[in-house]
Amino acid sequence: MPPSPSMTLDQARKGDRLLIQAIPDATVRVQVVRFGLSIGSLVTCQSVMPGGPVILRRGLQEIAIGRDLARTIQVERQAS
Amino acid sequence: MKSPINTHHTAKSLPSQGRRIVLAGNPNVGKSVFFNALTGLYVDVSNYPGTTIEISRAALGDDTLMDTPGVYGVSSFNDEERIARDIILEADLVVNVVSSLSLERDLFLTQQLLDMGKRVVVALNQYDEARANGLSIDASRLSSLLGVPVIPTVATKGEGIADVRAAIMRAFDATPPSLDPDLQRLVDRLEAGTPAERLMVLEGDTAVAERVGLPAGTEREALYAVRRTRVNAIVADVVKESDQGATLSTRLGRLMLHPFVGLVSAFGILAALYYLIGDLIAQQLVAITEETIMLGIYEPAVRGLVERFSAEGTHLHTILVGEFGLLTMTVTYILGLLLPLAVGFYFFLAVLEDSGYLPRLAVLVDRGLAKMGLNGRAVIPLIIGFGCVTMATITTRLLGTQRERTIATAILGLTIPCSAQVGVILGMLATVGGWKAWAIYGATMFTVLVAVGTILDKVVPGKSSSLLIDLPPMRFPNWKNVFKKTGVKSWGFLTEASPLFMLGALIVTVLQISGGLELIQRALAPATVGLLQLPPQAATAFIMGLIRRDFGAAGLTDLPLSPDQVIVSLVVITLFVPCIATVTVLFKERGWREALTLWLGSWVIAFAVGGTLAAILM
Repeated sequence: MPPSPSMTLDQARKGDRLLIQAIPDATVRVQVVRFGLSIGSLVTCQSVMPGGPVILRRGLQEIAIGRDLARTIQVERQAS
Repeated sequence: MKSPINTHHTAKSLPSQGRRIVLAGNPNVGKSVFFNALTGLYVDVSNYPGTTIEISRAALGDDTLMDTPGVYGVSSFNDEERIARDIILEADLVVNVVSSLSLERDLFLTQQLLDMGKRVVVALNQYDEARANGLSIDASRLSSLLGVPVIPTVATKGEGIADVRAAIMRAFDATPPSLDPDLQRLVDRLEAGTPAERLMVLEGDTAVAERVGLPAGTEREALYAVRRTRVNAIVADVVKESDQGATLSTRLGRLMLHPFVGLVSAFGILAALYYLIGDLIAQQLVAITEETIMLGIYEPAVRGLVERFSAEGTHLHTILVGEFGLLTMTVTYILGLLLPLAVGFYFFLAVLEDSGYLPRLAVLVDRGLAKMGLNGRAVIPLIIGFGCVTMATITTRLLGTQRERTIATAILGLTIPCSAQVGVILGMLATVGGWKAWAIYGATMFTVLVAVGTILDKVVPGKSSSLLIDLPPMRFPNWKNVFKKTGVKSWGFLTEASPLFMLGALIVTVLQISGGLELIQRALAPATVGLLQLPPQAATAFIMGLIRRDFGAAGLTDLPLSPDQVIVSLVVITLFVPCIATVTVLFKERGWREALTLWLGSWVIAFAVGGTLAAILM
């Protein structure tokens, strides 16, 4: 069990099941809501580029999020 | 005309007759293939949002069918969205193409179109791929939930197209489904504009609000949240996921983003490009087209023809068939040397675009580009720049901020060689020393690129945006699309480059006849001979390079140069000023100050870097 389930998205590891808790930037919030992600969405961390973007998967859909942006997004790791 | 879609797009002047049927959908859902299937007309098919900004229209029976750029929703985050929004606002009926692979994402636009009060026909495309990936979608249930016709289709195989056409005609007689009562109340409260425009106003679209004369609303996030909840509920109802596992294309797409495999495959793609353009085309094919056909057969023939009415030594003779002749050198360069290279490059680019690889490349390079104040998305204009820097400069619009556009434009104008120039460079490097020469040239360009990017990141004020992109599924390129696209682009190259080449050749010939060429060569000698240690004739190539850089690069092929001189001259011609067409676009897109700085800066950087390299090598 990880010590703290709540963290920022850049700390996610491949295979993590994540619940999106907070996206502070309003424009980003509006953009990801169109992709299908919103506060409360459950996603899988598909891959993390070393020092680079985090790739989230939901169903067959994949979204890449730059590291800087990932640092601002609050997520909660779910027990798998 | 009130609508701002007219700026530099075709939308305004094309005739529109009958009712307006608009094709709308997210990027990469097969919308362009759909347009072709419905109308039988060619449209540019591309896999990356941002590269198809042309609007196509065609007759559909007595009505008009219009294509729109792929968008995730009707709003105004970028150029594509603004264009799509304006076309959709005026639509009598929207054919909404959605991908069966990503309904959660795609139905957001669908629901928004319904909230606008539009008549909608939904084409549930890529239905076969969804099934192959273990998704089963209840189309008739989806249709009753949305209140509009939903037709499963596989556009690439022509399946369902006839049903869509029939559904379009029926849909004109049907009433659009009624709005959610809460939304209806909000819309009714506004007193100007069509229902669709009112929704845009509520969602805070300032341009539409101004057009209808209302203050922009603040309801966007609340409306989006309601819409998202509704779409999620619909998807949960109609989609059943079985654990069949991912298909080959899904797994391939993921593999391309594996940190190690991704890097290796990116280098593999570069190597393939080098082999195709630098070796196969620049060496083997050009030997036939330039040497055998143009120099061996065409030039003697045209010279013979001209000499029937104009003797050697006359000005007319020199202009037409002299050293820089309009009918000799110009035609040989364009048809024998540059065209094969351009075709090869456009083909390669079309394959990359059609396969869905480019957004993955954006993810791979994001970290590196972030150090230069860009995000991975900027790789798209940079790659397009290898085809045409002019087009790429316009494409920088897809970047999030003005700051990123400034940086990307500077990198494009300075360090990215375009289409045929790439071929000339690869070809010349291959003849003088293969991989070693290529390594020196590549390392120099890379250093300049990183240095320019890093410095601009420090000095350009503001903050850059972060990467946030949707990754379309990887797929095997559709060869019909690839060939058509290559053909269209190559024809564009011919028609655009030829007049400029003619102009350049004419200027150089006139300079040669008047003795000006020698004067310039002598005046530039301190730079060309002294600094760069090149023969004085290299100045001629630079003059031609002022018109177009690939023309200048072609001019270098005829000079007797040592291997080191080849590398130096290629570095200089690459860093040299952007072509006339690019400069025009630069002034328009970036303003005269930025454009002029970049143009003058190119001179300085080209000669400074070339001089340094010459001092090191020779």
